[in-house]
Amino acid sequence: MTTQQIDPGMVAYQILDEEGKLVGKMPDISAERLLTLYRMMHLGRAFSNKIIALQRQGRATTFGSLVGQEAAAVGLAAPLQPQDWLATSYREIASLIVKGVPLSTLIYSFRGFTPAYPPETHCLPIQIVIGTQMLHAVGLGMAAKIAGDPAVAVGVCGDGGTSEGDFNEALNFAGVFQAPVVLVVQNNGWAISVPRRRQSAAPTFAARGPGFGVPSFFVDGNDLLAVYDVMSQTVERARSGQGPALVELLTYRIGAHTTADDPTRYRDAAEVEAWKAKDPIKRMRRFLIERDLLSEESDQQLVAEVEEEINIATSEALSMPAPSPDAFFDYTTGDPSPRQQAQREEVLRFANQQKDGRG
Amino acid sequence: MQMTMIEALNQALALELERDPRVVLLGEDIGPNGGVFRVTERLQEKFGERRVFDTPLAESAIIGTSIGMAVYGLRPIAEIQFGGFLFVCMNQLASQAARIRFRSAGVYTCPLVVRAPYGGGVRTPELHSDSMEGLFLQAPGFKIVMPSNPYDAKGLLASAVADPDPVLFLEHIKLYRSFRQETPEDHYMIPLGKANVVQEGSDASVFAYGAMVQTALEAAKSAQKEMGTSVEVIDLRTVWPLDEDAIAASVEKTGRAIVVHEAPRAGGVGAEVTAVINERCLYSLLKPVERVTGYDTPYPAPGQEDYYVPSPARVLAALKRVMEP
Repeated sequence: MTTQQIDPGMVAYQILDEEGKLVGKMPDISAERLLTLYRMMHLGRAFSNKIIALQRQGRATTFGSLVGQEAAAVGLAAPLQPQDWLATSYREIASLIVKGVPLSTLIYSFRGFTPAYPPETHCLPIQIVIGTQMLHAVGLGMAAKIAGDPAVAVGVCGDGGTSEGDFNEALNFAGVFQAPVVLVVQNNGWAISVPRRRQSAAPTFAARGPGFGVPSFFVDGNDLLAVYDVMSQTVERARSGQGPALVELLTYRIGAHTTADDPTRYRDAAEVEAWKAKDPIKRMRRFLIERDLLSEESDQQLVAEVEEEINIATSEALSMPAPSPDAFFDYTTGDPSPRQQAQREEVLRFANQQKDGRG
Repeated sequence: MQMTMIEALNQALALELERDPRVVLLGEDIGPNGGVFRVTERLQEKFGERRVFDTPLAESAIIGTSIGMAVYGLRPIAEIQFGGFLFVCMNQLASQAARIRFRSAGVYTCPLVVRAPYGGGVRTPELHSDSMEGLFLQAPGFKIVMPSNPYDAKGLLASAVADPDPVLFLEHIKLYRSFRQETPEDHYMIPLGKANVVQEGSDASVFAYGAMVQTALEAAKSAQKEMGTSVEVIDLRTVWPLDEDAIAASVEKTGRAIVVHEAPRAGGVGAEVTAVINERCLYSLLKPVERVTGYDTPYPAPGQEDYYVPSPARVLAALKRVMEP
């Protein structure tokens, strides 16, 4: 049984099949870049596994793994230039990594502190309200167009997000204003416990686009090359003034929704196993080895390096000092009111008492 | 020049568009139609469709895309056609616009002005008259401005546009054309967060904003005539953050306080002003603080709204109560 309800006539765009065999036209990408993106997929997976491990030890907060969705998350961000914007949900940590947000900043955020992404990465903080960020992406694109800048915005949500009003309003505004924006749906089959078929009776989410006058693409989200190819084309199309696009990436959430979720309550193990066979990293590895861009040895070395990089970043993040107890007053407004100032002093007073053992 | 509030706001928007190329106006019917109240009249003609544009009919998207534009570096001024429709975009306002600075650790700001007409007494359909400000006291990150006259409206709007954070700018429908006032044609600013003593007095303080300032002034006049009471009328101008110093200074002088607003009583600005008085100057009070407000019901249908909106008579009755020996 599979919960993905795909019209048999509707085939997701593929360049690599599930065995890692080239079945389409190779996109214009250097071998070096390809290896970098392959490495980013590993970074995304290692990051997920590390935060889950830290959470189990009580050293990290609730976290949503992206295991199984690495090709989608890496591929959707890979074609973006520095001036391009990214507005994502919490499922796209690997996209932020590709865009240049430091690992240690991201790990620090899962210690329970608000991170400051470097402004030059042009990434909005991960969005918690479902679908909401799609409108921000469209607004960013509209602004770039008004300002006459060659910047593109990418908004990403999940299959659940497509049911929200904001998702549909975002498509509509993108179309009406011909905003340089690419709206991406990571269809991973599940919105916590609710299967994809509960979100829409339509055979694909990509089918939503034409109703808004937005060109749409249905893509195998576990195929890095296909994701990269379609994103490169839609992003550059948007940049050249030809308007928005909708891209549905068909993938699967291998892990739980978050560390607070137990998926054995609502889905079959067989379904998960079937999707594990379509693993995006394995698929890419086979292709790279086939092409002599990677060997078993260099792959093992790469995986070891990635683990090391994550470990170093984790040490860094864990050794960063916690912010001052009153830090949450820092960024409420640019000009705190006298009342906020007084409240802030109260926080410090009690925090100091606690520290002195008087609290 | 003598101007209505509509003319003052229109001129303020024109000046902002002229002064700052980052300013853009968006909303429903604000283009060729000039807004349902004509606040944006001829602005599209003057400044072009790139900077003054109609959107599809979707309030959440108007605010959501404005957030994106503000983060990008523009200075959007979004019009929500009626205050009651702010409910539709509550998520984008409260969980997004108000919080992007906070959520991004100060990396991004949201210099966005959301204009919306509100207020009773003009026989509008349902959800066109509701006063919404109370809801936003619980959405830290916003400033809330509610002008009471053309001169203030123009100067406060200029400050709202210059503010680095989101500002909710609520315009009372009844004030739009009810009177003219001498208003400079040049650009000027009135600081946010500062109240204005409209009429000095020594016996009782009445705190009001929006159309209720006129109501308070009428009641004050009657109180002077009937009882010889000297009433101080304070226009809060900005209802969030409150000008706590102005509130305390007045109550310390008069020892009696009345807060007047059209919004429901529970958890509103009146409750906050009362709490400020408790915290700052309880022992100056000679009588308990009175609240003359809308009631804790939805805003009623036009045929009954005159019973809901605070009238000069209700404010006068409160003044009589606080002046009892």
